[in-house]
Amino acid sequence: MTIETPPAAVDKFARAFEKLSSDKSTSPEWIKSLREKAWSAFSNLGLPTKRRGNELWKYTNLRPLADLEFSYGSSGSVTAEQIKCAGPWDDAWDTLVVVDGKFSSELSSLNGTTGLRATSLASAIESSEGDVESQLASLAGKEEYAFTALSTAFVDDGAYVSLGDGSELEQPVHVIFVTSGASESRAVYPRLLMNAGVGSSMTLIETHLNLADTPQFSAPVIEILQDGGSAIRHYRVQMENEASFHIGTTRVSQQGDTDFTSTSFAVGAQIARNDVHTLLDAPGANCTLHGLYMTNGSQHQDQEISTTHAKPGGSSDQFYKGILSGKSHAVFSGKVIVMRNAQKSDANQKDLNLLLSRGAEIDAKPSLEIYADDITASHGATAGHVDRDTLFYLQSRGVDEETAKAILVRGFAEEMLNEFEPPTLFDFVERVTDERIPVLLAESDTIGTA
Amino acid sequence: MTNQNTISRESDLSGGEYKWGFVTDVDTELAPKGLSEDIVRLISEKKEEPEWLLEWRLKAYRLWADLEKKDGEPTWAMIDYPGVDFQDIYYYAAPKGTNEAPKSLDDVDPEMLETFEKLGIPLQERAALAGVAVDAVFDSVSVATTMEKQLGELGIIFCSFSEAVKNHPELVKKYLGSVVPHTDNFYAALNSAVFSDGSFAYIPPGVKCPIELMTYFRINTEGSGQFERTLIVADKGAYVSYLEGCTAPFRKTSQLHAAVVELVALDDAEIKYSTIQNWFPGTKDGEGGVYNFVTKRGRADMNAKISWTQVETGSAITWKYPSVILRGDNSVGEFFSVALANNHQQADTGTKMIHIGKNTKSTIVSKGISAGKGNNTYRGQVQIMPGAENAVNHTQCDSLLVGDQCGAHTVPYIEVRNPTARLEHEASTSKVSDDQLFYLMARGLSEEEAHHMIITGWSRDVIKELPFEFALEASQLLKVSLEGAVG
Repeated sequence: MTIETPPAAVDKFARAFEKLSSDKSTSPEWIKSLREKAWSAFSNLGLPTKRRGNELWKYTNLRPLADLEFSYGSSGSVTAEQIKCAGPWDDAWDTLVVVDGKFSSELSSLNGTTGLRATSLASAIESSEGDVESQLASLAGKEEYAFTALSTAFVDDGAYVSLGDGSELEQPVHVIFVTSGASESRAVYPRLLMNAGVGSSMTLIETHLNLADTPQFSAPVIEILQDGGSAIRHYRVQMENEASFHIGTTRVSQQGDTDFTSTSFAVGAQIARNDVHTLLDAPGANCTLHGLYMTNGSQHQDQEISTTHAKPGGSSDQFYKGILSGKSHAVFSGKVIVMRNAQKSDANQKDLNLLLSRGAEIDAKPSLEIYADDITASHGATAGHVDRDTLFYLQSRGVDEETAKAILVRGFAEEMLNEFEPPTLFDFVERVTDERIPVLLAESDTIGTA
Repeated sequence: MTNQNTISRESDLSGGEYKWGFVTDVDTELAPKGLSEDIVRLISEKKEEPEWLLEWRLKAYRLWADLEKKDGEPTWAMIDYPGVDFQDIYYYAAPKGTNEAPKSLDDVDPEMLETFEKLGIPLQERAALAGVAVDAVFDSVSVATTMEKQLGELGIIFCSFSEAVKNHPELVKKYLGSVVPHTDNFYAALNSAVFSDGSFAYIPPGVKCPIELMTYFRINTEGSGQFERTLIVADKGAYVSYLEGCTAPFRKTSQLHAAVVELVALDDAEIKYSTIQNWFPGTKDGEGGVYNFVTKRGRADMNAKISWTQVETGSAITWKYPSVILRGDNSVGEFFSVALANNHQQADTGTKMIHIGKNTKSTIVSKGISAGKGNNTYRGQVQIMPGAENAVNHTQCDSLLVGDQCGAHTVPYIEVRNPTARLEHEASTSKVSDDQLFYLMARGLSEEEAHHMIITGWSRDVIKELPFEFALEASQLLKVSLEGAVG
């Protein structure tokens, strides 16, 4: 017998849901019913709690989020300069800007690229454009996840990107999710729905910025549907302010012979979660999920990465690196599932961590769940300080300890930074990293040479 | 001098069926089925226990009853079974006439002696030749302990748990529940309430136990649970190697086994604990078999070492995580495991290494073999606490899949809170290599023999940690347990 605990913190979202329902009474029926169903799922689930047995939230405590009081005021204003200053920007890119969950056509910069349909999700929903009705919340809206249910209950606007069959884009498409400056705390639910046609290819950059210095809550949901033979190079940059909560969800479904290659760069937020699930839904799909996370102060970064091999002949590679300092806490929870008939699958999983200070904590859980025999799967995880011998070597060559440490930390990050191919983007993450390393080292502890 | 024939299980390994499935016809005294405070009182009374132990049991019972009402049995492991009806189990089953501990082997029921003889357990004095001292536990009760006298000369206490309660209450009181408290988990609470017997060993300071100590567990009565409790204390600078074996008859209903093992290694002591777990695994179609829900944990003080080696081939369901709390500086913990799940067997097993002291070291080598429709999960936790300066852990867990209907899962939890710690975890999953099979078959081996040879070689890192006789048996057990899985 189980005693039910009431779902946590549902009330604080209820008023906003009522308001949305009345504001959007003229929306198409299908979207209204989608919202209703998702709201009912969320009201049953509530915010996840760290209680025993809640494996998905074992290491992440959302109490501070549950305690946050939201206001329901209108969104603030954001200028193009603010955005260009806070995140990566390139005029050659097709850029879609979503402010506080609403698409902004003024701030967006679209170049009319052939084969690319990029617009506001709200207009795509209102006109039930293309396959929006069948695709929206088809990957992320599932009832067992509180945050996708919550986001779907409030689904309203965001970005919609559709790449035509055979289109191969030369320049990246950049989607910026920005939270405007405001003194009160707000909850925003931006979404990106994207589909890539047969044989198409493109680069997608996703940037999360926050112009407020107060605690904000953002729960972006990204859904990517890839048709056969398509290839997506994906980058994710998360730079929320350090008072905020960022619970991001990415769901990707891959058809045959597709490639989804993703590198994430996460440095922001008080509590951040990057929840990624890729489904290799047809033979020969390949998926690469890489990322770098850096934490200091009292930050909490949670990487919840999973891949399901549902069909034969796919490959997946999860590789994350973490640098932790101060009293920060990072979590890597990787999972690979190889289903019964997914023979000839190949899966790799790796999480390497640098622990720079005594107060920091890393919890890694790289897990494999395998139901097919003709496969290869491996995983590894490490945690430790910068190598003392290497540090000693550099010092014996006349490099002072602080510089030597900075060189080693930078070297550790380098491998991930180099994956950011578009030059403007590389320059940006490199600059952020170089600014961040001294902060990390200032909060680090000296570990005597052994 | 070790005589290998004396200890071998003398079983015919050709058939592939479970060889230990016979039932012994002995008069058994049973308490009524089901669990209540009265049953706990009855068990305690039957065993003529002191008041403090009854109180301890009742405390555990009340906690368990509370947990049962609130959450039921734990469900987090990757195992799938219909659940246990805790009111449909005999919590006390004892061979009649064992209220008084037998003074010598002559007092032991000949039927029972024959049982252990059939199992190849040397209870006769000739056991001396095999170089082991044996405590034989039949259903819930210890029926015979050999070589007590010889060990006594060295000050070593090795006896049944009940005798220890009577003769060495101060030691039992001091260490019982000190490593696995009754509050630890659902099954530890259950065991603390109803444990019937088990083994107790105490090695005095500086003594190196010259022979291996062994406990052999046997479930006989249908519908009974076995809840034994083992407590091993190695005082400062002492050493002991301890072996544990277990079998059960062929039954189509499932039997519950919820044991607790506590190891205490004081400063500079070393305990080596080896298990061959061969409970009845159920039929080929997944009927019956033992539910093996066990809590095993050791506490290592300064410079102490605890090493767990296990070969798990039996049980329908295994739920077991032998752990080490490395609380003393420079202490060492080791875990070597081969777990096999064939037919419908499910194993969710692994270890916990909790690093508290400075310069603590742990090594984990886990080999999981899945065959038939079996599911094997490695679940391990390595925790580095903030004070564990320079702690080192190395974990390697490999899984092998034999056939396309089984599953192999790996769920490590790595929690690091000290930057000076070095921690490495690596794991791989694959099937038996076609090239290796082809090579061996080209040399004239059958497919089955080739598989067995490769699997034995693959498990070698673990098997070699076992005492010699056990290693031989383990390798044969792997072979028998795998029969029918290939081809």
